[in-house]
Order: sequence, then C-alpha cells, then structure tokens
Amino acid sequence: MATLSRSEVEHVAHLARLGLTEAELGRLEGELNHILDQYAVLAQLDTEAIPPTAQTIELENILRDDTARPSLPVEAVLRNAPDSRDGFIVVPAILEGTGRSPG
Amino acid sequence: MSGATRPPEELVRLPGHAMATALHAREVSSRELTEAHLAVAERQNPALNAWLTLDRDGALAAADEADRRLAAAGSEAGAAGTAGAPGIGDLHPLFGLPVALKDLVSMAGGQCTAGSRILSGYVAPYDAHITERLRALGAVILGKTNMDEFAMGSSTEHSAFGPTANPWALGRVPGGSSGGSATAVAAYHAPFSIGTDTGGSIRQPAALTGIVGLKPTYGRVSRYGIVAFASSLDQIGPFGRDVRDAAALLHAVAGRDARDSTSAPIPVPDELLALPDDEKAAGSLRGKRLGLPREYFVAGMEPGVEARVREAVAALEAAGATVEEVSLPHTDYGLATYYIVAPAEASANLARYDGIRYGPRRGEGDTLGNYLRTRGEGFGAEVKRRIMLGTYALSAGYYDAYYLKAQKVRTLIKADFDTLFDAGFDALVAPTSPTVAFPFGARMADPVSMYLSDACTLPVNMAGLPGLSIPCGLSDGLPVGLQLIGPAWSELELFRLGRGYEAITADADWRRLEPAELVLADDPATPSPMERVAAGAAR
Repeated sequence: MATLSRSEVEHVAHLARLGLTEAELGRLEGELNHILDQYAVLAQLDTEAIPPTAQTIELENILRDDTARPSLPVEAVLRNAPDSRDGFIVVPAILEGTGRSPG
Repeated sequence: MSGATRPPEELVRLPGHAMATALHAREVSSRELTEAHLAVAERQNPALNAWLTLDRDGALAAADEADRRLAAAGSEAGAAGTAGAPGIGDLHPLFGLPVALKDLVSMAGGQCTAGSRILSGYVAPYDAHITERLRALGAVILGKTNMDEFAMGSSTEHSAFGPTANPWALGRVPGGSSGGSATAVAAYHAPFSIGTDTGGSIRQPAALTGIVGLKPTYGRVSRYGIVAFASSLDQIGPFGRDVRDAAALLHAVAGRDARDSTSAPIPVPDELLALPDDEKAAGSLRGKRLGLPREYFVAGMEPGVEARVREAVAALEAAGATVEEVSLPHTDYGLATYYIVAPAEASANLARYDGIRYGPRRGEGDTLGNYLRTRGEGFGAEVKRRIMLGTYALSAGYYDAYYLKAQKVRTLIKADFDTLFDAGFDALVAPTSPTVAFPFGARMADPVSMYLSDACTLPVNMAGLPGLSIPCGLSDGLPVGLQLIGPAWSELELFRLGRGYEAITADADWRRLEPAELVLADDPATPSPMERVAAGAAR
C-alpha cells in the first residue's frame, strides 16, 4: 500500500488544521507509515461484490413534528465562548486580506 | 433510626444491590453511604488518579434529597399501617446510591474535559440523557472519572491529566479508555460507574481491574450529551463489581431518547432487575449452546490468560452448557478495519474543536493561524495521530482504497457473527484482553502495540453487538476477563449467563481476593501515577 512522504504528512496536517512542530511531523511520518503497513492485510480480501456497512442497526429515519420547543438560553451557550459581544461570538475577520492563502 | 452503624470500609465493600436493600430497610442512609465512598475516594485519589473531579457538595445534596424521599415514603407507610412501604418498593435499585461518570458525560454546570486540554474550562450547559435519567431515579453522582483523551487509548495513559493506576498493581495501567471509571469501582470508590466503549473501552478496563463491564448493543443507550469519538461505534455502558449491579445500571440508562436518533425504540426488559439467584442461575446454564472462536486464541495471548479462559469454559461445560469451537474467519482483519473507520469518524467529529465557540482559543488573530495553534496545542499526541490517520483515509484519492474498503470488510466481520447466531448459538465465549494489566509506558512507544490491546473486543463494536466482560480469575496475581458476546439486544441473556458463571464459581478462592495494592493506595506517601511515570522515564 501507499507510503506517506514527509510532504504528504504536512499536507494532511494542513487539511486537518493541525499546527504541528517539526519534531511532531518527523515522528508522525514514521508512526503513520507503521500504521499504514497494518492496513496492507485488507488487500488480501476481494470485496468487489461486498456492500459497505456504515451502521449496524436497522433503523429507518423517523421524522418528528416540526414544532417549536425551548432551547438553551443564549447566555448559557455563550458562557463557553472565548469571546462574545451582544449575543454573538466574536471571531477573527475573514473578509479582509490577511496576507495568507486560505489553503 | 439507623441500625448498628457499619464502618465506612465495610459499607463500601457491599455489592450495590446489598446497599440498596440496607438503604430501603433504613439500616443505612444515603448520606452515610455517600460519605463513606467520598472518604475512600478522596483518600486514595492521589495514588490512583481515578477521578478528575469529586463533587462532594452536589453528591451530599443528592444524598440528603434521597434520604428525605425515603423518610416521606416510610412515614406514609407507617400512617397507612401497611407492612411494605408503598413508594419504597417502587424505587430503582440505584436510588440513593453513588455513581461515577466518565468525564465525557455532560453534567449541567460541571466540567466535561473528555481527558483533553482542548476542553479545559468548558462548562457543560446541559445534562446528558443518562445524567438526567440517573438524577431522576435518585442516584447520587459522585464526580467525573479519568480517561484517555477523547476515549482514544487502552491504558488511560493518553489522558491530558496523567494516567490512572490499577489498584491491583499501582505501577500498571487499569486499561482504557474508561480506566478511571473501572478503577473507581474496583477500588470501592463507587459501586457503579459509567464508561463508553468504541473498541473495547469498557470491557478491557473491566477485565484488567477485575470487575464487570458491558458494551451494550449499538443503539441501546442514548448518547445525547456525550462527547463523540467514532459515531458508528461509540456506545455507553455500565461497570459494577458483580453482574447484578452492572445490569441494574444498564436498566437505569438504557432506552429510546428522541434526542439521539440512533437510540433504538427497543424495550428495555425489567428482568434486568431480577436476575436469578445462585441456584437458579447455575441451573440455567444447562443446555446453553456457546461458541468458542478459535481466532481469539492467537499470537500475543499470555498463557496465563488463555489458561483462565479455558478453565472458565470447562466450568461452563461442567454446568451443562455445550461449548463448540467455531470460527470468525475475518477476525484478523478487524484491527486494520477499525483503525480506518474509527479515526475517519473521529477526524470528522473532532473538527468542531476549533476555539471558536468553546474551549481555549490560541493564535495571533487570523482564522487559519488560530485553528492551527488551537488544535496543535490543544490535542495530545494520540488524538493528533488518529486525526491524521482519519483525515488521510478520507482524503481525495484514498477514500476508496481505505475508508470504502474498510466499510466493506466491516460487512464481512459482521456477517461472521450473524452466521453463528443464525446457526443457533446463544453466545460466544472469548478472552476480553489477550494480556493482563501492563506496566506504565510498556505500549506508549509503539502505537500499534497499544492498538493490539483491543484485538478481542473491537470486532464486536464493528458488528454493533453487545459484549460482557466478567472476571474469571487471576494470572500472576492480576485479573483476567472472560468475554461473552451475544446477538443484538441480547444483554439480558448475557447477564443471565454471567450470573450463571458467577454462581458456579461463587466458592472460588480468587473471588475472595481484593485488589492487592489498596493498602498502598491508602498511604499518603505513595507516589502518584504521574510521579511513577516520570520516575520510569528517568530510568
């Protein structure tokens, strides 16, 4: 199966939005490849005609009535926000130029 | 009002069902029981690190409320002049009794760290479904227990708050990820505790600490208010020191909840609260048809573990069960399949930890930079590994080769079990863990060696089935677990089989042994697990 190069490890870290140190990237390259080696056994199985299993209980979707119900008070929800003002969560501006590529 | 006062050390050693009997008979109060457990937990926690928080005030308030309800029920009975107090007979066996929750179960107003720094400071705004249920039936929640970060691990060493020690050997792990909940029950800090099991995180720590743990059928217990790891696998379940207690706790929390669309509208049998006595339980083993999957006795299994499991099988046969060797041919593919599916789902679930809505926010103020630092600094090494694996398995060009392939193999793994249950087997008997509790640090250097800890448990999650781990003796002085696996929704049958095994081994010498290092855990001079790990690393 595939082997992950250092630059692929960096790419995956970027996709996952994980800021990793040089030491972490180096360690992960070895560890991830060691784990990927374990996946190789799956290639022994012919699964061409096998349907995938995403969940194990046979439940059908049941729609509930669309009725208004009380939800959590805004103050209770915002108590955990790192920064909030006037009932909103404050986040960094994303519409002004930051000089960085969004990836 | 209370009869002869029993010392706390004696009270905490009662089975939960015996505590309930004493409580209902007004021989002991909920406050006395709660105080006794808090005292042991507070004294031993420096050495064991089983608890991340102990809520003394909240627990005592709940205990006093339970005592008020008991007194009211008792005086009504007196006024009516009836013998059996109406009201008391309707109480759930968990009423007034202490329970421990793994620290990924929401309790309104309390912390919920999931063992991670990325949730430090987070205060749960609402109760989980199971917290509501436990409060409603009058249980006393003592606090929140330690765990591998986001339930990823098999030793509790991946907790951001230091590992938990095993009360049988303080230099060894209790298993994981629900190691704090397992140690709390094994060390008599609580008769009941809640864990979650995604690949073995209830059954393996139950085995390694010598207690009972059940991973219920997928869909049995609502996960509303629980921190998610891998949503097609996660399930909440009970720990107890005996089968009856574990069954009572399952009864308390199981059942349909509209807020978790994966919780199933399947009735929860009240017989869970009326498991047979020893004589009847032993007799009920006669004629049971059990399968012994040969793939579960392979490489890496310790001889002492295999010996205990085979002795347990011989005891079940002697009691009239038939045990046939069977095959689950895709067992060897379980590890690879699990370590694609679970990290893939985790990478999606953990995307929410971005420092925007809750948790610490780090960085210099630009959105991407904030994400990178918040997540890079907030998650521990194992969680980062799994997020990386999952992100890779789901990424463009690899989805078919990894995730889709794993989902197809999952079909084969599930079909192995279906074939045996369709052929009429009542349950399968297997080891829970291939080894006894291992020393701190033994599997930290090689992630794959840690993953192999769950080789005998994770196929059960892949198939969505219930699995029960019960103690079956010791190897080198450390507990060994016997796993009973049944078809979907067969928890009652598994508990009855477990009761049967308890009954036929009731006189076994090992049943009289306590965790060997509890005395050491009582000593304030005993080093903490963190100090032990640091000393190990220094060697």
